[in-house]
Amino acid sequence: MSKRARALFLGLLSPAILSLFAGGASAEDAGWNLNMPRGVTEVSQAAYDIHMIMIWVCTVIGVLVFGFMFYIMFAHRKSRGVTAANFHENLTVEILWTIVPALILIVMAVPATTALLKVYDTENPDIDIKVTGYQWKWQYEYIGEGVKFMSELRTSQDEQYGRAPKGEHYLREVTQPLVIPANKKVRFLITGNDVIHSWWVPDFAVKRDAIPGLFTAAWAKTDQTGVYVGACTELCGKDHSRMPVVVEVKEEAEYDAWLAGKKEEAVIYQSTIGKEWTNDELMAKGEAVYAVSCAGCHQSAGQGIPGVFPALVGSSIVTGPVEGHIGILINGVAGSAMQSFADQLSEVDIAAVIHYKRNSWGNDMGDMVQPVDVLNYKQNQ
Amino acid sequence: MAHGPSENFFSRWLFSTNHKDIGTLYLWFSFAMFLLGGAFAMVIRAELFQPGMQLIKPEFFNQMTTMHGLVMVFGAIMPAFVGLANWMIPMMIGAPDMALPRMNNLSFWILPFAFAILVSTLFMEGGGPNFGWTFYAPLSTTYAPDTVNYFIFGVHIMGASSIMGSINIIATVMNMRAPGMTYMKMPLFVWTWVITAFLLVAVMPVLAGAVTMMLMDINFGTSFFDAAGGGDPVLFQHVFWFFGHPEVYIIILPAFGVVSQIIPTFSRKPLFGYSSMVYATASIAFLSFIVWAHHMFTVGMPIAGELYFMYATMLIAVPTGVKVFNWVTTMYKGALTFETPMLFSIAFVILFTFGGFTGMMLSIAAADTQYHDTYFVVAHFHYVMVAGAVFSGTAAVYYWLPKWCGRMYDETMGKLQFWIAFIAFNITFMPQHFLGLAGMPRRYSDYGLQFADWNMVSSIGAFMYGGAQLLFLYNVIRTIGWGKPIDDPQVWEGAEGLEWTLPTPAPFHTFSTPPIVK
Repeated sequence: MSKRARALFLGLLSPAILSLFAGGASAEDAGWNLNMPRGVTEVSQAAYDIHMIMIWVCTVIGVLVFGFMFYIMFAHRKSRGVTAANFHENLTVEILWTIVPALILIVMAVPATTALLKVYDTENPDIDIKVTGYQWKWQYEYIGEGVKFMSELRTSQDEQYGRAPKGEHYLREVTQPLVIPANKKVRFLITGNDVIHSWWVPDFAVKRDAIPGLFTAAWAKTDQTGVYVGACTELCGKDHSRMPVVVEVKEEAEYDAWLAGKKEEAVIYQSTIGKEWTNDELMAKGEAVYAVSCAGCHQSAGQGIPGVFPALVGSSIVTGPVEGHIGILINGVAGSAMQSFADQLSEVDIAAVIHYKRNSWGNDMGDMVQPVDVLNYKQNQ
Repeated sequence: MAHGPSENFFSRWLFSTNHKDIGTLYLWFSFAMFLLGGAFAMVIRAELFQPGMQLIKPEFFNQMTTMHGLVMVFGAIMPAFVGLANWMIPMMIGAPDMALPRMNNLSFWILPFAFAILVSTLFMEGGGPNFGWTFYAPLSTTYAPDTVNYFIFGVHIMGASSIMGSINIIATVMNMRAPGMTYMKMPLFVWTWVITAFLLVAVMPVLAGAVTMMLMDINFGTSFFDAAGGGDPVLFQHVFWFFGHPEVYIIILPAFGVVSQIIPTFSRKPLFGYSSMVYATASIAFLSFIVWAHHMFTVGMPIAGELYFMYATMLIAVPTGVKVFNWVTTMYKGALTFETPMLFSIAFVILFTFGGFTGMMLSIAAADTQYHDTYFVVAHFHYVMVAGAVFSGTAAVYYWLPKWCGRMYDETMGKLQFWIAFIAFNITFMPQHFLGLAGMPRRYSDYGLQFADWNMVSSIGAFMYGGAQLLFLYNVIRTIGWGKPIDDPQVWEGAEGLEWTLPTPAPFHTFSTPPIVK
């Protein structure tokens, strides 16, 4: 009997409600996981504790009620020759089983309220990070630090469609994780760019909707370094399941070094904008950007999905003037899934991907698009 | 003077004003929709059998989850209970027919058109609705496929149908009770349906308002749900759930009614706590209006709002508990037998209560932060919708089918269906609790490898559960066509109520002269 078959057998046999208690495991565990992770923050542990209290209360009530029911089904069956009684009310027990559950609920409301107060304790953070949901990726901005980047799924289409073996971190890996320091109160200010998303990290018990035009707040503080994986939990379109949240908690010194590195990258990047890029450089960069930021909708060969996402092959924008093509990436198309990439992609990325689109899949414009063109377009707007 | 149905097939069914024929139409329609919605579920579970995209594209997956929800809620469960109401309410209160027979015909016959419109979008460019059965804006407005307009029109028609059906039930119960049938003597199925009908009349216009605001946002440049134009996406959720939460009680209250008829029959003992059942039903209906935002614990409400909705939601456990205790006590010291309707009803009590437990867990806002929009929620509402409403509807068909057609179903086949359905249901949905707690969000077309094992188990259960429904169809057709004829008006030894005083099979016209209820 294989391990999986044996586990399946046991899983089906064990009374499910009792097997819930096997839990407390981390979300990292694979396989036959039964319970919620206890997590690494005060809030997640409070959520876990109230969850366990509720399970125990329900189990006790369930055992009593169902136990009584099974006794009745055994003892009061007609085949045992019993005759039915005829009573149909009893004011005392009816009042009792209204009052007693109400009292239990009042008692349970106390820890439930305490736990909720912790969830809402978002004041006085050490660090503020703005989290923006896009179809279908996250943007993280370290407020006041000038550091901002996109975090996108790294799992390849080949893995998703069975053309390549699935890696260990299938659908749980991103281009750049969010990095936060340990032992600091980090506040997340969460919003959406297009539709509603929801930013969830189970080990922090942080789940707040990312709503376009509004901000929601949540917080986390943990002393345990490591990588924590979460997910988008509000249906946001076709790649809802393909925008994981990955958070890396580092020691404070490491975090500071990482943040300094990020700032330096931004400085170095500035010098590349003015540079004259060659066709090969643009095509190589553009292909990489296209795969991550465009192929989700416009598909890997620019063919689009009829009636949903337009094709880029032979498109009037892609084969029209460069200005118009840059404009649509910078501004997006209001009221459609075509978002503005001005804040998501760098000038170099935008120039490269435009150049790539204009010179791929039979599109043969032959013109060159340089980062400086994109910069000029932005500045003239 | 009593005359039978029209000889002509088309005029009998298209022009019918007879409560039994219209009830039959509702029931067959809802079963067809049940199989269609079930087919969508099979597509979902087949795709989720393994990680990776094997069978369908993600955008089609989203259409499947949306259509599964819409078809099951509005096409299968609601019309099934309207069908039962049409058949049984006149028979239970001693009336000759429904109060508004022509409106009854209309309220049924617009439904197939509503669903034809809705389902046809699957074949249109851009595909069907892909924004979930809760159709949150702006995914369902700015970002929706153009076919969303068909969806809106379909929802309007369904709403009109439900409102007409409800007015009919209210008018029938208020005006056509037999002499001596006071409100507090009405069978509980009638009581739960009257309360349900009031809920429907109150909230279907709210749903119509929500989809009309969507229509305006999409086509006429308004910004009800668009923050950029001064609106608010969260407003949509408030309006939707003001409809949506009473909606779940619209689905479950008639199911409570069915079970409250069946358990006393097979316990051979009157329902325990009749008046507290009525008051509990009314309390649940009232509470259903003031708890809607517990579906929105993660939208960032102020803490005062969140605390209020948490406390109000916890309160629902009290009247629901009263009902469960009453059912159990009805069985206590009875003389129990376990025919198919009773088996489904007992399973209803156990599994619905289990769904109630997870419901209490979900009401705790801090813990809901973890449960919200995960498979834990999917498991929770399938315990109350499937093991609740569907099991109770199945029990009702087995319970009343002999009365309707004068033929007995095959008990062995009925029990076989029950046990397959019961086991398969739990294999399907129990693991979904674990998936949700382990972190799998709902409406995911693909998932990480850590969720593979339980998803496979759940899919296997789902295919079994789907098979059990084909057995149900077979059992019903076999009973109607070839079942053992019976003519005992009583049908079941312990059955009480006016419907069991009528001949078996029930005559085309119910009570031409009103019975006297003492």
